[in-house]
Amino acid sequence: MELLAFGKTGWGDELFIATLMTIAVSITAMLIGFLFALIFTPLKLSKNKFFNLIANSYTTVIRGVPELLVIYLFFFGGSGAVMFVASIFGYNEYIEINAFITGSFAIGIISGAYSTEVFRGAIQSIDKGQFEASQVLGLKRFVYFFRVIMPQMLRLAIPNLSNVWQITLKDTSLISVTGLVEIMRQSYIAAGSTRDPLFFYSFAAVLYLLLTFLSMKLINRLEIKYSRGF
Amino acid sequence: MITSFPKLLGATVVTLKLLSLSLFFGLFIGLLFAILRLNKNKIINKFAYGYSYVFRGTPLLVQIFIIYFGLGQIEYFRSTFLWVVFKEPYWCAIIAFALNTGAYTSEILRSAFQTIKPGFIEAGKSLGISNKIIFYKIQIPIAIRQSLPAYGNEIILMMKGTSLASTVTLMDLTGVAKYIISTTFKPIEVFIVAGGIYLFMTFIIHNSIKFLEKKYGYQ
Repeated sequence: MELLAFGKTGWGDELFIATLMTIAVSITAMLIGFLFALIFTPLKLSKNKFFNLIANSYTTVIRGVPELLVIYLFFFGGSGAVMFVASIFGYNEYIEINAFITGSFAIGIISGAYSTEVFRGAIQSIDKGQFEASQVLGLKRFVYFFRVIMPQMLRLAIPNLSNVWQITLKDTSLISVTGLVEIMRQSYIAAGSTRDPLFFYSFAAVLYLLLTFLSMKLINRLEIKYSRGF
Repeated sequence: MITSFPKLLGATVVTLKLLSLSLFFGLFIGLLFAILRLNKNKIINKFAYGYSYVFRGTPLLVQIFIIYFGLGQIEYFRSTFLWVVFKEPYWCAIIAFALNTGAYTSEILRSAFQTIKPGFIEAGKSLGISNKIIFYKIQIPIAIRQSLPAYGNEIILMMKGTSLASTVTLMDLTGVAKYIISTTFKPIEVFIVAGGIYLFMTFIIHNSIKFLEKKYGYQ
């Protein structure tokens, strides 16, 4: 237990901050994923073949290629790409991107592919009559999407989104290869300096279990909230 | 881009070996724990549930690190014959993958066993077939058919999971890709080649599962 003491003697505070970092990266990545899903779900459902192709290749490629490879692409290629874009605007200095941004972007793109599939499935399983009824009632597009389709979609999507959240949370452990100090990286540092890898990695596993357990509890509440009336 | 292709193709063999061995062992582990999950004894049941909960709730990376870096720390463990296996990163990775995929497989098989209609088993019993034969000839074939789509997804997830072997010094497809990227600084080209190989494997797995589904489907 000495090893977990807070302050200079133990690793308690470091691991606590690392846990907060893991949560921060997961939430950021999940939100970036939603942003991608917001773009690609309409493309996937559109009748235009070209849009379909774009959205399908996004989800197929991301879901068929290992997460680690995507992270390496962003880690090694990220600053190069940003520098290239900056050079077009006449900025030629070296730009280093923060590991947090690269990491959450890489994980966000992965999580976005899964979210897109979830939203697509949820929208497709809404009864066609609902769309037709809103049209007959003359509801504005905006109202009909946010007040009719959205609530029904969320009810169907939340159980699957909770799976996406779990995947995203576990994927953040892979960002440790880029040097961002989250749970895995901090355990690696602690294990290296105390020569006690068994303890620290097991503790990391416990932290992850705790995170998944607590988030499941929260999501269950959301699920109950959105399935009112069913 | 072209020069890196043979190297990456060579590394694909390592990835495929890791994948097939861990799936092979994982299937046995999964079947064992699925049967334990269906056991009526509460302690056995809880144990099997705990196993799958822990392995599905923690990242694969943590599991590999515990097995590769962690177990070597126990003095007593190093003197046993098991150390021959556990000192190799290759076997550590396979053990971690097999335990991980075993947890997911056990869930898939459990739900497949639970969806079997009781009528099938009752029909077998009323025909006087022994429990053992009912299990092997009725329950297992139906369960395999039920679980094929989900198991296909699990194979693809596991194939992606083998990329983590590169974190314990193994030179699999991702490991070699990372090495080439960090020596040539051409991340996009290498990503296209390595990603293409992974996608190709996903494509093959996906289609063979579809083929099997058709072959063993109800139609």
